[in-house]
Amino acid sequence: MATTVHEPPKVTRDGPRPPSSSGGGRGSSSSPGSSLRVEDSSPASRTGVWVGLAAITMTFAAFTSAMIIRQGSSYDWQHFTLPPVLYFDTAVLLASSVTLELARKRVGAFLHGSQTQRSSGSTFLWLTLVLGLVFVGGQYAAWLQLRSEGLYLATNPSSSFFYLFTALHALHILGGLAGLTLVLWRFSKPRPTLQVSTLSTVSYYWHFMDVLWVYLLLLLWARI
Amino acid sequence: MHNMSEPVVHQHTAPTGFIRKYVFSLDHKVIGEQYYGLALVAVYIGLVLSWVMRIHLAWPNAAIPGLQLLSKTGAPGGVLTPEYYLQLMTMHGTIMVFFVLTTAPFAGFGNYFLPIQVGAEDMPFPHLNMMSFWVTFVAFCVAISAFFVPQGPPLSGWTAYAPLSALGQVAGPGQGTGQVLWAVSIALFCVGQLLGSLNFISTTLDMRCKGMSLMRLPLSTWAWFITSCIGLTAFAVLMPACILLILDHVAGTSFFIASNLVVNDQLQPHAGGSTLLWQHLFWFFGHPEVYIAIVPAMGVVSHVLITNMRRPLLSSRVIIYSMVSIAFLSYMVYGHHMFVSGMNPFSSLAFSFPTLAITIPATIIVLIWIGSLYGSKLRINSASLFALGFVSMFVSGGISGFFLAQPSIDILLHATYFVVGHFHLVMAVAALFGIFAGTYFWFPKVTGRMMNETLGRIHFWVTFVGAYCIFMPFHYLGMAGNVRRYQAFVDDFMAPLMPVHKFITIAALITGAAQIVFLYNLIHSRFWGKTAPLNPWEATSLEWSTPSSPPPFDNFGGKLPVVYHDPYQYGIEGATNDFVMQTDPAQINSPRDEK
Repeated sequence: MATTVHEPPKVTRDGPRPPSSSGGGRGSSSSPGSSLRVEDSSPASRTGVWVGLAAITMTFAAFTSAMIIRQGSSYDWQHFTLPPVLYFDTAVLLASSVTLELARKRVGAFLHGSQTQRSSGSTFLWLTLVLGLVFVGGQYAAWLQLRSEGLYLATNPSSSFFYLFTALHALHILGGLAGLTLVLWRFSKPRPTLQVSTLSTVSYYWHFMDVLWVYLLLLLWARI
Repeated sequence: MHNMSEPVVHQHTAPTGFIRKYVFSLDHKVIGEQYYGLALVAVYIGLVLSWVMRIHLAWPNAAIPGLQLLSKTGAPGGVLTPEYYLQLMTMHGTIMVFFVLTTAPFAGFGNYFLPIQVGAEDMPFPHLNMMSFWVTFVAFCVAISAFFVPQGPPLSGWTAYAPLSALGQVAGPGQGTGQVLWAVSIALFCVGQLLGSLNFISTTLDMRCKGMSLMRLPLSTWAWFITSCIGLTAFAVLMPACILLILDHVAGTSFFIASNLVVNDQLQPHAGGSTLLWQHLFWFFGHPEVYIAIVPAMGVVSHVLITNMRRPLLSSRVIIYSMVSIAFLSYMVYGHHMFVSGMNPFSSLAFSFPTLAITIPATIIVLIWIGSLYGSKLRINSASLFALGFVSMFVSGGISGFFLAQPSIDILLHATYFVVGHFHLVMAVAALFGIFAGTYFWFPKVTGRMMNETLGRIHFWVTFVGAYCIFMPFHYLGMAGNVRRYQAFVDDFMAPLMPVHKFITIAALITGAAQIVFLYNLIHSRFWGKTAPLNPWEATSLEWSTPSSPPPFDNFGGKLPVVYHDPYQYGIEGATNDFVMQTDPAQINSPRDEK
């Protein structure tokens, strides 16, 4: 039984047909022969950071779901008051996002030719870095307070989850601080090698950590 | 290669030293080969473990020469103890699922060919890519190290059900250090795969060359892309589960251990944990993992079949949509692994429905393959044979899934060999057939040499017949009530089934031996095989447009290709031979162009 219902397609060679206008990828909008350079990696960086943030979201969603199930599975959940320093930390972290945005605008302007913005950009970057370190220090102070109250990692499931969430978030913040350090190092060179896409990537990550912390604080406040 | 291309500046320069070129390489092709090599080592370890288990099941008192060297207490005189049988079973499952079925078809082939098939010179984050492999390698070493700690590897199975997996040494041999090593290994593995998935997604979305619209991507690339989306979310959930498990072991927390648990006459110092919590977290990863193994194989098999049929599938677009549907539904079905776990029966019903629903896109894919094959003049070679074998295994293993999707039937069959037969056929053997099809198909591109066709066909037929001889009787054993995870069946109601077990063991030994033929073919052809032409299969996709085999460091020799067609322009009248490459600017009056 024949299965071909169409005539076989034919090929003609009377000149190249341009790639589809909907054809994707790099260069779909560029003129033929234009070179693709390293700087074009910006879209990939943006995609990469969003994909990474999606994975981090899933990880914290899994921990959240574990917390809710664990709390409901037994009557041993002990509530305790969150260390007040956490609210100070929250303000510090929110402030760091503001300073980072201020830094990003100035650094971006400098990289696009405005020489006057360099020192203020650098200052705001340093300020963000310091605020990030203050946040981590504040989290450490919160752990010390819990320890002084006799609440350790294994004392109760509520304290287990408190340490787990805050420690994992602090680890992610340390990752962000490493990124900020890289940005500062590249920006501080006599001839800066920093790319706008790198700063944008670090900024997305940092702001996300900010939002994540607000979510975690609300979760811990509501559950613990 | 056609001259319609664009110059490119590579992200990083070509490495010169041995270490940067072959060990800590940034080149996606080398990383792909490293993943494949790791899977190759892992699969033969897993194979030997299965041989040992099968010999023990058929002849429980038989001494296996040399086995006592692995563990004096676990195999005194070469005879497995019941506990050591379970420990080997755990490691067999762990090695095969994580380090073979995930590593080879997804990370191995994907790393090598995804960037080339989208027309990129590399992945956007080569350092993360390198880290992805080496983290996976460390994960493998940590897993294997469990063999060499006191009491050996864990015995809780590759699913590591709590509370057995969380209690520590008191629960049995290997449940202390061995189980912690297992959890650390899997957590590391998750990190490696997350880094890999990030690269795959970014490459597919942002590194495509000019003209390469999403619908012009080959089905294999689509499969790797979809798999990386599944992996991104699935491994991100397994990692927290492993962290909680490790904390239960080393920090004295009680996430998974319930109150008042007495184990080996000892009251456990834990309280209030949820044993079901582990299962929820694990299977939220575990079921998508099935698709992480099988979807890349679906893509590879589609690619191989189309090339050898010399005509496109009835609809590549529907295959893509079906794979996306499978990925979406894969998160809603995980509870079907927990029908007998004490979960609320209403939850079972809720999970049963999407489990049955997910068979619809899978069936659509199979029907498209079969409908497309019907009447085609398939070129028979090792690659196309294994692709056909994949379809056969996937259908045979999938049919039993219809039964297991229903709680009322699954409750009877869940703890039997029926389930073992089901998942080995549909996930393990089918995915392995996909790996073999990909290996025979892409070997000429990777090495510049052809594999031996005669040995390939011997490998196929022995493996094909052998796999059915091993795994179809498993279904029969299951229906006869043969429980799984037992180390011997000689003294109870299952004793009459022993002849079937002996038959299976003999089949497993022969089928395993055929894999040595494959290994010989792989190694011999790598160095002494016939030199391969640039495009031996007369295929159209971009990996066959590279200027050499293996492709140069930047894949396309300092240029980026420009794409004019979808990748399956076969059976074209007026074309040289019967196909038009994706890079060929020739105009096609084509009802087959699916862009």
